[in-house]
Amino acid sequence: MGRYILRRLLIAIPTIIVISFVVYAILALAPTDPLSAFGADPRVPPEVRANIRHQLGLDDPWPVRYVKWVSSLAQGDFGISFMSHSSVMDLIKQRLPNTLAVVGVAYVIGVLLAIPIGMISAVRRYSVFDHVATTFAFVGFSVPTFFTGILLIIVFAIDLRWFPFIYDSTLVIHDIPSFLDQVKQSVMPITVLALFDTATIARYTRAEMLEHLPLDYVRTARSKGLKEQVVVLRHVLRNSLIPVVTLVALGVPAVFGGAIVTEQIFRVPGIGELLVTAIGNGDTPVVTAILLIFAVLVVLFNLIADVLYAVLDPRIKYA
Amino acid sequence: MAAPAAELTKGGVLIATFTRPPRSLWKDAWWQFRRHRLAMVALATLSFLIVFVLVGPLVYHTPLDTIDFLQSLKGPSADHPLGTDDLGRDLLARIMFGGRISIAVGITAVLLAITLGTTIGALAGFFSRLDNPLMRITDLFLSLPILPLLLVIIYLFRDSLRSAFGPELGIFLMIVGVIGILNWMPVARLVRASFLSLKQKEFVEAARSIGARDRRIIVRHILPNVLSPVLVAATIGVGGAILTESTLSFLGLGFPPDVPTWGRILFDARNYLDIAPHWAIFPGLCIFLTVLSINFIGDGLRDALDPRKTS
Repeated sequence: MGRYILRRLLIAIPTIIVISFVVYAILALAPTDPLSAFGADPRVPPEVRANIRHQLGLDDPWPVRYVKWVSSLAQGDFGISFMSHSSVMDLIKQRLPNTLAVVGVAYVIGVLLAIPIGMISAVRRYSVFDHVATTFAFVGFSVPTFFTGILLIIVFAIDLRWFPFIYDSTLVIHDIPSFLDQVKQSVMPITVLALFDTATIARYTRAEMLEHLPLDYVRTARSKGLKEQVVVLRHVLRNSLIPVVTLVALGVPAVFGGAIVTEQIFRVPGIGELLVTAIGNGDTPVVTAILLIFAVLVVLFNLIADVLYAVLDPRIKYA
Repeated sequence: MAAPAAELTKGGVLIATFTRPPRSLWKDAWWQFRRHRLAMVALATLSFLIVFVLVGPLVYHTPLDTIDFLQSLKGPSADHPLGTDDLGRDLLARIMFGGRISIAVGITAVLLAITLGTTIGALAGFFSRLDNPLMRITDLFLSLPILPLLLVIIYLFRDSLRSAFGPELGIFLMIVGVIGILNWMPVARLVRASFLSLKQKEFVEAARSIGARDRRIIVRHILPNVLSPVLVAATIGVGGAILTESTLSFLGLGFPPDVPTWGRILFDARNYLDIAPHWAIFPGLCIFLTVLSINFIGDGLRDALDPRKTS
């Protein structure tokens, strides 16, 4: 077991290095000049521009620049944003709480709703509840999040005026009314994301439960005289949740990706919004840093999923 | 099913002939598919949408780019059945045109992803020498943050492709290429897994013993057996690709503003939700209905092609 985890860790490290290389190479080989943000200014004479390039080290071949970039990354230095001239690390630290407050909460709600929904619809297969839940799940992952978001804005923000449709990140929670304001402005973005997460996970939970329900050990448990409740919750659910847990772990990076869209609709100033703005401004240091963070998240949660699977399912032997 | 019909021939010998035509895999699948009521409804909806975007512009002649400020942001009316946008352009015409692009992008991108995935999966599954390196590459691609990477690649390479192939074809090729290249991995894993188990089967051994070469075994003997899961994955993939394209357009990184894909129309509409909600609702409904019906059809196909399910 310990050796398995160690081996997975040893695979994860080169993966992250290769991905950082790929990310850097895409940006370095792209025909877009990182200096175009300054270069467009006609008042900057060409020799000054060449000087800037030289000082920033842009004359070096890109593999050299990659090595420089990685070695400063290793010291926790992500570089400085072209646009705001502040450290990329600080920008990300500023934005991360907003993303987590929306995306994190939505994912937790999604998981907490999805598992009981999936379980009940598997146990009561073909009941009214099951039909409603499966249809809802289908709709949930077929409707693009930007469309749900827009519909919610039209209905709840414009027609009913229940919630504000722009997220105010300057809001500080210090008393009950300001807390209620925070809840109000988070309701719609969280609903949009949670709808999608619930749909995917509920469908998967249902399928897993249905695989397990007809198995022999379930019949054994029933014939021992265990209550149906105990059979479902302690025997079937526990076994079915093993793959669900890995799905939940694997889904975390995708959730951050999905937040890009939701943050754009509700104007939540989070990581995704930072990325889209940075792409639009050609702010290369910010873009590379965020891409790398996303990539590390994917590798990290893959690792977590694998380890969880090994811990939860003792039947699998790892050499 | 149908009872054998008795027939008397000239010689007075009773010959039983079956009125039912011979069964084939695809006929069986179709028969099974038709029993999936939601999938049939979805097939009808999708066919309607495809006819709508393909035949619609031939019947409905209002141009999609006539600017008329007097008519701007009007709701549905006799002149403009789905209303107009901020420049007074007819939305019905724009949605029909946009649908062609969205659906074409979805299908082409998936064809690319399926071709790549099947080739890589087949090679990895059949030749054990290639298995490890190819699967490492697959894992690496699976670890890439897809949506952010898509955004960056499109932003960086948009201008050079536009100058090489022209604004529309260039962007089309790029979006299709990028979606295809970042989505082949699940298919590759699926095909590899099937190949690994199928290449041990007797029929492959039989083929080998009569002297069939690797290439022939892969293409003629194993591949047809892998087709049904790939078909299901492809169907669902088309829905996913349409969603990805509209997401890109919605973030302003898809087609240029004068090419109205469904996502692009939504992107333009999002600042006018309070005065012109119809502008956002119609293209959104189109995306939603298309993706939903494709997913239901995929579900129906999965049931129909699953050999374990006999009914």
